[in-house]
Amino acid sequence: MIIDLTDTTSGKIASTLVAARHRSGTPTTGAVLTLVVSTEERHHYDAMKAAGRAAREHPARIIIVIGRPDTARTRLDAEVRVGDENGPGEVIVLRLYGELSAHADSVVVPLLLPDVPVVTWWPDEGPDAPSKDPLGALAQRRITDAAEYYKPMTKLTARADAYQSGDTDLAWTRLTPWRSMLAAALDQFPRPVSAVAVSGEEGNPSVRVLAVWLRQRLGVPVTRTADEGPGITSVELMTPDGPIRLDRPDGELATLAIPGQPDRPVALKRRETAELIAEELRRLDQDDVYARMLAEVAEPFTQPLQVAGPTVEAARKAAKEAQKLGEPAPVVVSEQAEAEAGELAEPAAAADEAAPAKPAAKAPKGESA
Amino acid sequence: MSRNGKKDADAFGPSITHRLLDELEHGSNLSNPLRDAQDRRLPRIAGPCGLVIFGVTGDLSRKKLMPAIYDLANRGLLPPGFALVGFARRDWADQDFEQVVYESVKEHSRTPFREEVWNQLSQGFRFVPGEFGDPEAFEQLKSTIDELDRLRGTNGNHAFYLSVPPKFFPNVVKQLKESGLSDGGPESWRRVVIEKPFGHDLASAKELNRVVGEVFSPKSVFRIDHYLGKETVQNILALRFANTMFEPIWNRNYVDHVQITMAEDIGIGGRAGYYDGIGAARDVIQNHLLQLLALTAMEEPGSFEADSVFAEKVKVLSAVQLPEDLGKHSVRGQYSGGWQGGEKVLGFLEEDGINPNSITDTYAAVKLEIDTRRWAGVPFYLRTGKRLGRRVTEIAVVFQRAPHLPFTDTMTEELGQNALVIRVQPDEGVTVRFGSKVPGTSMEVRDVSMDFQYGEAFTESSPEAYERLILDVLLGDPPLFPRNEEVELGWEILDPIEQYWASNGKPAQYGAGTWGPAEADEMLALDGRVWRRP
Repeated sequence: MIIDLTDTTSGKIASTLVAARHRSGTPTTGAVLTLVVSTEERHHYDAMKAAGRAAREHPARIIIVIGRPDTARTRLDAEVRVGDENGPGEVIVLRLYGELSAHADSVVVPLLLPDVPVVTWWPDEGPDAPSKDPLGALAQRRITDAAEYYKPMTKLTARADAYQSGDTDLAWTRLTPWRSMLAAALDQFPRPVSAVAVSGEEGNPSVRVLAVWLRQRLGVPVTRTADEGPGITSVELMTPDGPIRLDRPDGELATLAIPGQPDRPVALKRRETAELIAEELRRLDQDDVYARMLAEVAEPFTQPLQVAGPTVEAARKAAKEAQKLGEPAPVVVSEQAEAEAGELAEPAAAADEAAPAKPAAKAPKGESA
Repeated sequence: MSRNGKKDADAFGPSITHRLLDELEHGSNLSNPLRDAQDRRLPRIAGPCGLVIFGVTGDLSRKKLMPAIYDLANRGLLPPGFALVGFARRDWADQDFEQVVYESVKEHSRTPFREEVWNQLSQGFRFVPGEFGDPEAFEQLKSTIDELDRLRGTNGNHAFYLSVPPKFFPNVVKQLKESGLSDGGPESWRRVVIEKPFGHDLASAKELNRVVGEVFSPKSVFRIDHYLGKETVQNILALRFANTMFEPIWNRNYVDHVQITMAEDIGIGGRAGYYDGIGAARDVIQNHLLQLLALTAMEEPGSFEADSVFAEKVKVLSAVQLPEDLGKHSVRGQYSGGWQGGEKVLGFLEEDGINPNSITDTYAAVKLEIDTRRWAGVPFYLRTGKRLGRRVTEIAVVFQRAPHLPFTDTMTEELGQNALVIRVQPDEGVTVRFGSKVPGTSMEVRDVSMDFQYGEAFTESSPEAYERLILDVLLGDPPLFPRNEEVELGWEILDPIEQYWASNGKPAQYGAGTWGPAEADEMLALDGRVWRRP
């Protein structure tokens, strides 16, 4: 059932919800949390679907807040959905017009369920300091997604500076299958690791996050290679007996190679947003491992980023980013990219006088072990 | 109580002692730098291994085991290169077996079907045809397993799931030993999984344990009581020991009595061969209901490690007392034909394959007491039956009436006893029943229910009991598996009742679709109580 309320208030929305529940004959809610989704008009449908699917595992009242600051007249419109295929719980879509869009918390606070935790999720770029955002301040858990911003590293760095207990990012959540498979591989084949190589899609924040986590946990040099993805394409842990390699060229099926053992196929599909949100909602306490990783996310890598596949444009962006972080300039390693590298060398060097890019240098992986 | 299924499951945690033993035995290193106790996102993934299912064509295998294995793979909890070997008396090739698994997964799995998961999983499927007593078939099984170790890297770690009637256990176990399959060498493990019934009385349970124990060490034997894999059953401990509200009243000072019910609406179906001579009490009370009783009544364990929980369960099961007059405080029955839920059904004695003079019970109810300071004088009524009103399993803790009511009799005429009901299945959750004023100008107090839904929201995503149990077998985590001592204690409780029944009277008849024979109601009426309608 969908009920439209135009030019309304939180009080009217709340009583509409209660009335709708009574009409359907289920006067109690089984919701375990309130999920506030702060988004834009163009993203709200997908976000609502994902939140609804996550709510099947964690019954929730879902409040979707859409700001429309560009309208002159201040107005609150709401859409109340109960008992539809969105899953258990209720969905409230709020549209905040004009000046009201800056005071979303005033509308949301009266609609929060009593006692149960509040989680705020920004499906698009989101604030730099989630806990300072009015909708973030009222939540125990704040979910952002660095991958949604066109310069993910900027967001990650800003959020590392503003980190508060309860912050989390989907760039980290996406890594859980990779991290568990790598941890399991080391369980099975316990050897000291002397060097690490991580390859993945150019500009994908998860690649860096994984590299930072591995560097932190293993304390060894990490080589990064940027390619065309999708997502992370391979991780290699160098051990005295040879490398442990987890390769996933197609974003679906991976191969785990352990020295002296047969290669094993692993299904390592890239997960949908709903699954990521469901994972986030499973634990609402502070994620200490994420906090420690995030603290070092901007710490420069000593090894230059190797650019293996992407276009010159991407490599240029990578060069700029490396300069900002104080990392060595990226080097181009693939044949095709090398051919284009003539073009790249100049602008990259111009952008980064201190560490001029040298195309060529095909650094062997894990060289500095 | 927490609504988070995962969290409750974790309350049991891995058993450190067995883990350590395993790791010491296998020479692996404990300190994996990628593991962090605070990193609770990382699931436990079993090490390289394979599962061999004997009797793979059976119902249990098709409806529960195969789908559970797929679901585990889909959740990313199975090791890469996992292998599944089917063993049965069928003339099948690997592809036929793959097709059978495919159909059962398509029909019964709980997670969506994903091609890439299926592809990587199905590469590890093998089928070995043969009889359970045929040494050649076991030779072939051995070479299949060796080949899997080479090709899939299962590293010699294999679990043998005996999904076969218990009369085949001695044969299979013996063949496993003789073909050298029961020992994979120092660097690997071999485990055996057995399903109930664990014997049909104390003597046969001991015999079964001896047979299995000759080949596998106690630590490698996993007895499956799928009730213990259920989230709601694990939630009993969370409910009792993670909260302050319930434990203070969880004793004889407040509890009047406890009713534990497991009702099925189906008849014996195609299980006549197994069921005739076994009956409801042996089939259900000895294992499931006594486990539920133990979890409901036990003291708080020192920790959630297998050893501590086991110790408390054994303590409470040892304290169980049978009523002196078994004739008055135990009831058995057989369903007669009639109409159930709009269907005409046969009576038990008319079912195919049942001796018309059979005295096997399809309904059983007993009164037990627990001789501890906490429970002295509080009866625990256990009942189970087939063709009852509906399918339900629940534990109802019924509290004493308030000692004094500042209301007149007419005001509280409709007020019953407070109760806390743990609904194990279906519709998992907890209900609290208490009195509340009926709206209106007069003071009238009537029973109302407060409901907590556990299942409704989690059914899709929470793991099925068999998933959890299979994963624990592969991980070597024993907390959710009853040990031999628990099985034997169960028989020690049930054997005198069965002996009494064998020599006294006949089962009472009850109409299909009702809540059991009138004698069961009389049994409670003797104590001034009534059965709850679940």
